[in-house]
Amino acid sequence: MMRRLWPIFTRDLALLTRGAQGRGGAVLPLLFFLAVAMLFPFAVGPDARLLARTGAGVIWVAALLAAILPLDRLVEPDVEAGLFDQWALRGISEEALLMVRIVAHWLSFGVPLMLAAPISAGLLSLNAQQLWTVEVGLLLGTPGLAAIGVTIAALTAGMRAGAALGGLLAIPLAVPLLIFGAGSLQPGGEGGLALLAACSLVALAVAPFAGGAAIRAGRE
Amino acid sequence: MQECGLVATDVACRRGDRILFRGLSLGLGRGGIVHLAGPNGIGKSSLIRILAGLLRPYAGTVERTGAVALADERLALDGHEPLGKALAFWHRIDRVERETADFGLADLLDVPVRYLSTGQRKRAALARVAASAAPIWLLDEPLNGLDAYWSCKAQAAIHAHCRDGGAVVIASHQPLSLDGVSVIELLDFQV
Repeated sequence: MMRRLWPIFTRDLALLTRGAQGRGGAVLPLLFFLAVAMLFPFAVGPDARLLARTGAGVIWVAALLAAILPLDRLVEPDVEAGLFDQWALRGISEEALLMVRIVAHWLSFGVPLMLAAPISAGLLSLNAQQLWTVEVGLLLGTPGLAAIGVTIAALTAGMRAGAALGGLLAIPLAVPLLIFGAGSLQPGGEGGLALLAACSLVALAVAPFAGGAAIRAGRE
Repeated sequence: MQECGLVATDVACRRGDRILFRGLSLGLGRGGIVHLAGPNGIGKSSLIRILAGLLRPYAGTVERTGAVALADERLALDGHEPLGKALAFWHRIDRVERETADFGLADLLDVPVRYLSTGQRKRAALARVAASAAPIWLLDEPLNGLDAYWSCKAQAAIHAHCRDGGAVVIASHQPLSLDGVSVIELLDFQV
C-alpha cells in the first residue's frame, strides 16, 4: 500500500506547492497571510502596545483565512478529472488518499505559514515569547486546519459554487482552533495549546473518513 | 494473464427518478468481448460505471474476478504535465514498465496533456488502460474521436488483449468491426 501511496503523495505535494491547472500553489495563502499582518497596523495605527496585545489574534485569523483560500482546488479538480475513480478501481481507499492529501496540504500551507510567522510577528511587534507561542500554536493547529480544509473540499467537490460554500462551512469548524490558538497567547493561557492539539487530533481523526464518505457519495 | 471474469445479474440502473434499464444480465470470462449498444442516454456509461463498481446498481449484483481498468470520458491525466510524465504516474502506481500496445504516442510524450486533440486524448486513455496490466477492460466509447487508422489499431489492441486471455466490455453507439463480440442492446432492457 505504501509503495502505491508514495507516488500519489509526491504528486499531491508538487501540485499543491507549485500549483498548476488554475491551482495557485503555496504562494497565494502565504502572501495573503503576510498581507493581513502588513495591513492591520495601517488600519489600527502603529501603537506598539495595542498591536502586541491584538497581534497574536490577528495572526490566527489570518492563518485561518489563508487556510480557506486553496479549498476549491484541494479535491475538486481530481474528482473532476477522474483520478479518484481510477484510484478506487485500483483498490486504494479514499481514506488513505485523503490522509495523504492532508499531509501534503499541511506541508504546502502550514509549514510556509510557520516560516512566515516571524515576519508577521515583526510587523505586529510581538515579542520573542509571543512569537514562540504562536509558532508552537501553528505547529499544533495547522494540521487541524489542513484536515478541516480537505474534509470540506471533499464535501463540496462537484458542487456549483463549491468554493464559496466551502469557506462558509469551514469557518465554524475552525472556530475552536482559533479560540484555543489565540487564547494560548493570553497571559496564563498556555493550557490552550493542549486543547488546540486536542482539536487538531479530533479533526485529523475524523477528516479522512468524513471526506472519503463524501467522495463515494458524490459518485452516485 | 491472471484469471478474470465479470458477471452481472439482473442489474437495474436508476438515475434521478428514472429507471434507465432493468433485468440486464451479462457474463464474460477470458477472451470475452461484450459490446453495449444503444442510443444516447440509454445508460451505457452508467452500466460501465456499475460494472466497474463505481456506481451501485439499483437492483441486482455484479461480481468481478481480477483487476479492472476503465477508460471513460475522464482522462485521469494531469493536464499540465507532459503526456509521458502523466502516464508514468499511473505506471508507478500499477508497477508496470511502460506501454505494451502502440498507440502512436511516442512523438507526443513531451506535449502537455491539455494540448492533446480529442483523438490523441482517447489514445492516451487507451494506452493507460493497456499498460495497467488489468485483465478486465471497461471502455466507454473508445473509438470516439479516433480516425479510421487509429480506430483500426485500437480494435486490434482490444482483440490482442482478448487473445491473451483478457476480457473487454465496450460501450459504443458505433458498430465495431471485431470478431466474436456479443452485442447487448440496452434498448431491450429499457423500462
